[in-house]
Amino acid sequence: MSLFKPRKLIEYAAMAAIWVALILLFGSLSHNFLSSRTFLTLANRIPALAVVSVGMTLVLVIGGIDLSVGSVAGLCGSLLGVLVLNCHMPFWEAVVLCLIMGLAAGTANGLVSVCLNIPSFIVTLGMLEVARGLAYLVTNSQTKYIGGAVEGLSEPVASFGVSPAFLITVALTIIGQIVLSRTVFGRYLIAIGTNEGATRLAGINPVPSKIAVFALAGLLSGLGGVFLTSRLGSADPNVGVGMELSAIAAVVIGGTSLMGGRGSVINTFFGVLIIATLDAGLAQIGASEPAKRVITGAVIVAAVVLDASRQRLATRLAQSFNVVKRNANTAAPTSPN
Amino acid sequence: MADAPLLEVTGLEKSYNVPVLSDFNFDLLPGEVHALVGSNGAGKSTFARILCGLTQRDRGDIRLNGRHHNPGSKRDAEHAGVIMVLQELNVIPTLSIAENIFLNRLPRNGGFIRYNNLHAQAAKALARAGLEGVDPATPAGLLGVGHQQLVEIAGALSQDCRLLILDEPTAALSDPEIDKLFENVRRLQSEGVGIIYVSHRMDEIRRIANRITVLRDGRRVATHKVGDVTSTELVREMAGHDLPERKQSARATGPVALRVNNLKAGPRVRGVTFEARHGEILGIAGLIGSGRTETLRAIFGADPKESGEILIDGKAVRIRNPKDAVQAGIALIPEDRKQHGLLLSQSIRVNTTLSSISNHASAGWLNADAESQTATAQCQQLNTRCHNIEQVVGELSGGNQQKVVIARWLARDCDVMLFDEPTRGIDVAAKDTIYELLRGLAAKGKAVVVVSSELVELMALCDRIIVMSDGRIAAEFLPGNWSQETITKAAFSSYLTESEGATAL
Repeated sequence: MSLFKPRKLIEYAAMAAIWVALILLFGSLSHNFLSSRTFLTLANRIPALAVVSVGMTLVLVIGGIDLSVGSVAGLCGSLLGVLVLNCHMPFWEAVVLCLIMGLAAGTANGLVSVCLNIPSFIVTLGMLEVARGLAYLVTNSQTKYIGGAVEGLSEPVASFGVSPAFLITVALTIIGQIVLSRTVFGRYLIAIGTNEGATRLAGINPVPSKIAVFALAGLLSGLGGVFLTSRLGSADPNVGVGMELSAIAAVVIGGTSLMGGRGSVINTFFGVLIIATLDAGLAQIGASEPAKRVITGAVIVAAVVLDASRQRLATRLAQSFNVVKRNANTAAPTSPN
Repeated sequence: MADAPLLEVTGLEKSYNVPVLSDFNFDLLPGEVHALVGSNGAGKSTFARILCGLTQRDRGDIRLNGRHHNPGSKRDAEHAGVIMVLQELNVIPTLSIAENIFLNRLPRNGGFIRYNNLHAQAAKALARAGLEGVDPATPAGLLGVGHQQLVEIAGALSQDCRLLILDEPTAALSDPEIDKLFENVRRLQSEGVGIIYVSHRMDEIRRIANRITVLRDGRRVATHKVGDVTSTELVREMAGHDLPERKQSARATGPVALRVNNLKAGPRVRGVTFEARHGEILGIAGLIGSGRTETLRAIFGADPKESGEILIDGKAVRIRNPKDAVQAGIALIPEDRKQHGLLLSQSIRVNTTLSSISNHASAGWLNADAESQTATAQCQQLNTRCHNIEQVVGELSGGNQQKVVIARWLARDCDVMLFDEPTRGIDVAAKDTIYELLRGLAAKGKAVVVVSSELVELMALCDRIIVMSDGRIAAEFLPGNWSQETITKAAFSSYLTESEGATAL
């Protein structure tokens, strides 16, 4: 069960511990912070960034990068508003069209970068501009208020206190992790990210997997855009500006390597939580917007520096766990499962 | 001179979790070539790395010319005159040969490189290493592995050097290149330079070394004068037990498994035709640069072909990429296993099942238990030394890494297996396992094709040897009618007769 290997569990726990520490820190600095309201606010704020970061994790695992996620989210979010307001399309049909839009943008990224062998950095930088421009075009550069028609997705369900968007996000995070660690597709991604040349010589064609990853990242960006528009209740062509950097930060805080070959969707989710908690907590203790950015920036770098020692610690703990397990196994022979 | 050692090492210790060197004693006289032999993981490389400042010792005393030698960095060691040519190639492919050789001491004028001076010095250094006629401005990446190694040696020779450490220097060299290297070593010897020569190749050690020290599990087992000991004794000391005798029985070979017709690919494969039979080990000999590696890569679809035909079991197959090749039942075990073979940061399990992942999955879902079973079974069958199958392959020794690459193809069960230098940089005992393995594969009816620069290896292993020379098959030999001399002659044949065509490349 690679999802629940001791090493992985230890890594998840380490990330969770950092998040809890952050919460306790803000709790001690501001007595209002430790309340269920804070957590509900967090839960309803993170879905867009979190689903985009799931896609970003997969892209970074193959050693690529997708700078267009924020713009694609902006384009899809804007498109949603236009479809609902101007075309009077039913909400769910509009959502499907938006997701197709995201998928198309991502597929274009993948096709151009993989088939023409252009670094994904360049291709997605181009898409960043193209998608943002299209977002302005479809909205005539105006923010359009939509209201109730789209907000349902982001409004807390009475009995849970969290929104459907949050539940979808949690589900997609778990599915993303399972895809990465338990499917052939995920194995190919890790292999390609570790050493694409060797993977090719092992008889695997890396092209379809690579294109699929960019397509998925586009699709998830589209969903992120839908979440954003739903939360704001309006279609804003500026939405999602700079989101690619927050997503990369969340993924990297979660220990995914920018060099490819190593990554965890669950830890990315913790990365998103840490960024969102930092944002909310700093606001609560009255930090100014500039101060927030300085601190967030420092935390991102510190997290990556700490990551190296966290990895070592996890390896050591997992080894000692294996020793215990081996000793137990010598007493009782292992069953074949 | 013999009374004052150049280098004296006493009680050297180093451990990474487990001891790698324990109570190691060693001495080297000026003008002496002292060979260091031992299995992979015996501690040879660690010792060399400590001497040249790449690793710090835990305790022990090292004296160079009577003075304490404890370099904190490679630079420190080079200042003290200790220079090492690493086993792993250390060439920056985008820089020119000259820039590579003089990277840490480029002749300069202010911040500008004095290229004329640099190229003149580099040409001199290259000539000393036996590479006269090579343009120092050539990007190093355009050279073959063998020539890259000579460039490294040229770099070492161009510095003021009192102690030279050569770690498997001939691993990628062909015989004439080795001769040139040895000329250099002898010249340095006559200048009073001490040389530590780490190698697995007994014939070379016999040619060049004065004394041999055997290492096993980080300890010195014995030191011999080179004439006083037989190779069998050395191997026994290294292994700690007798190696099983090689069984050389004639194999009955089956029908033709692989046929290559007039294959052309790039400047190095100029019309190659040969066939390999089921149950046969076919050797491909030839000089470095004669197109052996390129031929295998072209067959496997790793590089594009210009023309030619490939038949598997008599049927023509279209191979445009490695995936096609694997589906046609061809496997390639590449020369550079770290770069082209392995996913170094991944586990033995992931590496083993990579090519047969569909057999370890249903409907796209991995079956972790099946993967573990395959990896465990392969580790046991190949006797791979590891903690467990979740160990990262980058931590394994060269021989065990090679076993993991082979395990991948055994798990895939390909009928035609192409091995490019399967024992490069692997110790004697592990080599024997690999030979046994290749024989076992042939006995199971697989067509095994082995490219190797070690003629002795090919002659001991193969049922048939073909010799490549300048991109073509120059000769074919059967057991009994081959000798080192006839094969070497064949390897040179095209270069001698078509000298114009050869120099144009």
